[in-house]
Amino acid sequence: MELKKGLPTRDAYGEAIVELGLANPNIYVVDCDIGKSCKTVEFIKQLPDQHINVGIAEQNGCGVAAGLATCGKIPFVTTYAVFGSMRMLEQIRQEVCYPNLNVKIACSHGGFTPANDGASHQGIEDLGLLRTIPNMTVIAPADFASTKKLVKAAAEYYGPVYLRFTRDAVPFIYEADETFEIGKAKMLYDGKDITLISNGDVLSLCVRAREELEKLGYSVRLLDMHTIKPIDREAIESAIADTRGIVTVEDHTILNGLGSAVSDIVAEVGGCRVRRIGIQDQFGESAPYERLLAKNGITLEGIVKAVKELVG
Amino acid sequence: MSDSSNENRKISFLTEKARELRTTILTMIHTAQSGHPGGSLSAADIMAVLYFDELKIDPANPGWEDRDRFVLSKGHVCPVLYSCLALRGYFPYETIHTLRKEGSILQGHPDMKRCPGVDISTGSLGQGLSTAVGMAIAGKRDGRDYRVFCLVGDGESQEGQIWEAVQTAVKYQLDNLVIFVDNNRLQNDNTCDIVMPTGDLAKKFEAFGCETSRINGHSITEIVKALDSIRGKKVQKPFCIVANTVKGQGVSFMENVVAWHGMAPNDAQFAQALAEIEGGR
Repeated sequence: MELKKGLPTRDAYGEAIVELGLANPNIYVVDCDIGKSCKTVEFIKQLPDQHINVGIAEQNGCGVAAGLATCGKIPFVTTYAVFGSMRMLEQIRQEVCYPNLNVKIACSHGGFTPANDGASHQGIEDLGLLRTIPNMTVIAPADFASTKKLVKAAAEYYGPVYLRFTRDAVPFIYEADETFEIGKAKMLYDGKDITLISNGDVLSLCVRAREELEKLGYSVRLLDMHTIKPIDREAIESAIADTRGIVTVEDHTILNGLGSAVSDIVAEVGGCRVRRIGIQDQFGESAPYERLLAKNGITLEGIVKAVKELVG
Repeated sequence: MSDSSNENRKISFLTEKARELRTTILTMIHTAQSGHPGGSLSAADIMAVLYFDELKIDPANPGWEDRDRFVLSKGHVCPVLYSCLALRGYFPYETIHTLRKEGSILQGHPDMKRCPGVDISTGSLGQGLSTAVGMAIAGKRDGRDYRVFCLVGDGESQEGQIWEAVQTAVKYQLDNLVIFVDNNRLQNDNTCDIVMPTGDLAKKFEAFGCETSRINGHSITEIVKALDSIRGKKVQKPFCIVANTVKGQGVSFMENVVAWHGMAPNDAQFAQALAEIEGGR
């Protein structure tokens, strides 16, 4: 697959939320003063009556969204992944997940994508934190087209959803007419030696790694596990049955993220080994995105090495 | 019949309801042997006026879209809310004996998914007011004329999120929001002054931009008057009523005693408490 230069997935969110808001007056955006960065500017312009800006007060923003949801609104609380997953984590638990309200948490700046912003703005624990809360659905789309589709799927689905977007451009992987279902992994390639499971901004890295591995004679299955909760158990069981090992690749701490979610299933089913490639339980820093990934072994070479170690 | 005798009848009716609330609160906490009597009793008079006079609600239709909303931001005093709902007929009165029991609609803190009449689940302090703001914004945007009432504790106002919510209510000119502060001056560990002084809360809410008044939260007359004076008023700002109250009000040995924040009476204490409340008839 020839990967084309892409766009940030936050841009896709910005487009999708306007389309959703125009079609449904109950779609609301609750901004926390970073609407410009999170691409809600067009929404504000076109749909001011469906927009609220609570200022730099994320915890309150989450509560306001919960109140709106009890009145039939479908609010998207929009902020950065660090704040959307941690600053308002307890509010999400108490006022959104416990009462199972129809609130979406839409976050830009996932993982290392805000690379030069430094560790304070790199949300590397978000997916794991959110995945532990009952009733929450957790989604990390990989590119522009899939983000647009999954934001719309989240709006159509009733219940709390956490969505993670990238600050920086990621390559286009999917065509605009590709379909996506929450909780259903996309198989980009089938193979019989090894399964690569990834999501978000590093899926494109796996597309390249797969090509490299095929050149080396490996038959590689590649899954886009855009929804890490509910995880697609069936896709993992098939990977265990059909291939000889699983390598997970994520722009997230290896603790409790995609690798852990996959391992949860593998530990129960058995018959397969897993290698988790991801952030090695350490903070990032201000540095180029590729450097931050490299420092954690999230590279083409790292993936090839893991596959060789796993299946010989 | 004259207006003043109507008014007198209303006051005695609401006074009697407040008494029934206190009896119900103590009965459910005594049965459960767990719960928060102090703050439930301090809020009983305010809640009696809201649930038996002010709120536009329909117990037969708890999800009515145009109903007034009530948010118990200080969720741990749910015995007073459950007592209101029981006495208004949202569920059979006998249900009060299931407080805090497995499978009960009367969870230790309010659960909107289980209990009819609970407009939002609360329990983690500082969060309810934000949800009330969301409901009030929705009401304004949808052109509905319902109002949202929220009861906040004075200790609870130590949470920063309360002030985030007030800012938002002021920004969006929510004159369909009424914030009651149950200013009983005690909290879990000690008096508010010792744990974390809250200062003059009326001045604070006023300074944030609320239309604020100060009342005796145990005077049914003052509560009714305060609500009369704001009903239908379009001032483009939220209302705040700081109600000075006594924690444990109505039961001599509970009044102003920190320990009764979260303790259940034993049989003898329960008997004495009921006698005092009934004796006040």
